[in-house]
Amino acid sequence: MDIERDQRRFKQIVRGRIRDNLRKYITHGEMIGRKGRDLVSIPVPQLDVPRFKFGKNGSGGVGQGDGEVGDSLGKPGQGPDGAGGAGSDPGGGHYLEVEVSLDELAEMLGNELELPRIKPKGAASIEAEKTKYNSIRQTGPESLRHLRRTYLRALKRQISTGSYEPADPRVVPVRADKQYRSWNEVPQPQVNAAVIYIMDVSGSMTDEQKEIVRTEAFWIDAWLGKQYKGVEKRYIIHDAVAKEVDEHTFYHTRESGGTRISSAYKTAADIIEASFPVADWNIYCFQFSDGDNWGDDNRKAFELLGEKLIPASNLFCYGQVESPYGSGDFIDALEKQFGSHEKLVFSEIADKDAIYESIRKFLGKGK
Amino acid sequence: MSMGPTSNLTPELAVMQVEIEAHALRYGLDFYPTIFELIDADELNAIAARGGFPTRYPHWRFGMEYEQLAKGYHYGLQKIYEMVINNNPCYAYLMRSNAAIDQKLVMAHVYGHCDFFKNNDWFAQTNRKMMDDMANHGNRVRRYMDQVGVEEVEDFIDACLSVEDLIDIYSPFIQRREKRADDRFGSEEPKEAERNRPPRYQSKGYMDSFVNPREVMLAKQLEGADKNAARRIPDRPERDVLLFVLEHAPLAPWQADVLSIVRDESYYFAPQAQTKIMNEGWASFWHSTIMINDAVTAVDIINYADHHSGTMASSPTQLNPYKVGIELFRDIEDRWNRGAFGREYDECDDVQVRRRWNTNAGLGRKKIFEVRRIHNDLTFIDEFLTLDFVRDHKLFRFGYNAGSEAYEIESREFPKVKQQLLQSLTNRGRPIISVVDGNYRNRGELYLRHDFSGVELQTDFAVDTLRNLQRLWSRPVHIETVLENARAVLAFDGKNHDIEKGDPIEIPDLESIT
Repeated sequence: MDIERDQRRFKQIVRGRIRDNLRKYITHGEMIGRKGRDLVSIPVPQLDVPRFKFGKNGSGGVGQGDGEVGDSLGKPGQGPDGAGGAGSDPGGGHYLEVEVSLDELAEMLGNELELPRIKPKGAASIEAEKTKYNSIRQTGPESLRHLRRTYLRALKRQISTGSYEPADPRVVPVRADKQYRSWNEVPQPQVNAAVIYIMDVSGSMTDEQKEIVRTEAFWIDAWLGKQYKGVEKRYIIHDAVAKEVDEHTFYHTRESGGTRISSAYKTAADIIEASFPVADWNIYCFQFSDGDNWGDDNRKAFELLGEKLIPASNLFCYGQVESPYGSGDFIDALEKQFGSHEKLVFSEIADKDAIYESIRKFLGKGK
Repeated sequence: MSMGPTSNLTPELAVMQVEIEAHALRYGLDFYPTIFELIDADELNAIAARGGFPTRYPHWRFGMEYEQLAKGYHYGLQKIYEMVINNNPCYAYLMRSNAAIDQKLVMAHVYGHCDFFKNNDWFAQTNRKMMDDMANHGNRVRRYMDQVGVEEVEDFIDACLSVEDLIDIYSPFIQRREKRADDRFGSEEPKEAERNRPPRYQSKGYMDSFVNPREVMLAKQLEGADKNAARRIPDRPERDVLLFVLEHAPLAPWQADVLSIVRDESYYFAPQAQTKIMNEGWASFWHSTIMINDAVTAVDIINYADHHSGTMASSPTQLNPYKVGIELFRDIEDRWNRGAFGREYDECDDVQVRRRWNTNAGLGRKKIFEVRRIHNDLTFIDEFLTLDFVRDHKLFRFGYNAGSEAYEIESREFPKVKQQLLQSLTNRGRPIISVVDGNYRNRGELYLRHDFSGVELQTDFAVDTLRNLQRLWSRPVHIETVLENARAVLAFDGKNHDIEKGDPIEIPDLESIT
């Protein structure tokens, strides 16, 4: 039965659809809510073969059961279907839920945005070997004997040779029955990546802007997650003071108050110092803000950035989200201060549609 | 997967088959040899995805179907109990994990279907060696895939499937056109002159000049020649759009073959869509009769009743063909047993008398066998759906209310319910569409017409379908229909879609007809 072949073809076509609409999926944050552990479930419009068929207008059918004339039977889509017929299936609204692994999605993203593969620094080629007891051998030291398997084998042998008597259920293993635990060496790549997300949660950042940050962070996560196994993620929010928070808080807080970017840089620098030795870690920083910094703070911020963060990071990305209160000037000041530093990427994100370009800009360097 | 002629039933199931088959024969059911295959749920899903034919041609939609069935099964939302293939011999699939009582019920049900397939006249013209032919189709399609590429063939199949409904379901029973001489070498083509000669009345030689006067013949001949010159293609609207395309579109040989495969399969499956209510009703009638009277044991009665009622469940928005079918057959049997039919009964308007009517006619069994031979769903409902039945079974008509964007119960009046049901069964619930001109504007464009019957086409689907049809036809295609109460012509010329709105039309009020 080569139904698997048909299934594969179907999946290929679905993947094609997703790829065609990737831009739409990227800019709409809905997918993030559908993230499971490794899989993302994506709604794809039903791949029906189009036919001439009846629409909703004037359609109806015959049903069975109680109810008064005028009673509602439900909306189309969830509603009538069956022998009912003329237009009994009023189309539209049918979605297939397709599960795609995050890796695959990242791959599509990479192809779509033509992102270069990242060249890890540090101990990239060094792989540590770790032993895991996860197999079985016929020989070994008695201390590693696998009792249950040994007896199971003995039992099987005895039954098949007829020497097993249910009335006198004695199982005696012979040498050939013996099974031993054994190990395999599992290579563990020593390439590590840490991502630090910094978000400005001052009063001027609206929910919509946070949504943009959230969406962009999701895709950056997906891409880096594919490049490095086990990415470490840290989240920092700040207004006039900064603090490290967990993922949930990062996406959901709404604070208010002034803005002191340097406080966040300080926190980031502290985290790096404490947890991520620069020699072994590929460190990425993504900062999102509306660019409204307190005037006297810029100098301090640039100092921290220039002395600590930029030297430590593979990449430092600054995304300035356009705010309804007008855009700040941090991005201009930053550019003036550092010019086109190779580790520094700026991007202005005007609205959701700009996320796409912004991601390309951030990750396009292949660092 | 090879389909051997022998089944792989366990000894217990084989015994069961013998038993059930004997019961079925005793009741007068008549079927082709029936072969049961015992298969796993996964295989069953795979076969069901292919419409019951394991060897069918490869296509992605079967994969989609399979994925949905498999998911539904794994999540415990749905389960296929039985599947029967109209073929000689009849193939039926049993799911290995079903309990014995279910297998028994399924077998009894299957014999009902097999009898129906063999004896219902609407199936008389179907291919009884479809299992083999489907395998051949599969091979041919696979070969084309090897030759021109999987995607190319699959895309073409997509385009064909878009119009697979557009067949003439009555054509197997009617000779619509003059037979073309089959052996083109042997029989003489009529000479040009002879073909143009007008029909003559029969006459003896010496009377001929009186019966068929020369000047009249000549006049007719001129008239005929005139007609011939402006001959339209097709002569009269052609419901079999697939055939028309097959005969007139510039298709590569492999494309023509693929299209003919799709068309063959469409004709093969058409009667099943035409007799859904009857077929399921008939099979349910017999599984219930055989199980209750003969096969069910005290131990299993609860399980049987549970599963039987599960199949019969009806929801307010979904008319269950099993339920309506079985109840109608029971109703017919009961009425003909009581002699509750004919003019005298029809003219009696005393409810009490009608209810108690009994002439001990005892014609029930005979009648239902006759009904299963000659009717399809449309004529079945038309003939046997009565006021009493609609009332007893609480049937109602629902419609779409654009205001509340929901379906609502519209009426419980008998004529309206019946009319709605008949309408939704007409042409298998699909729009009636025919080719009216294959040389539209004298530019080889294809012009279709949708016979509007009160329900509009879904425009986005129609537009996509035109696109696919255009791929088959190569020249621009048009369809005339009604949109927003006005005549409209949708067109696609290979690049652009076009909607041309005509004048508003007077739509006859359907209510006033009834």
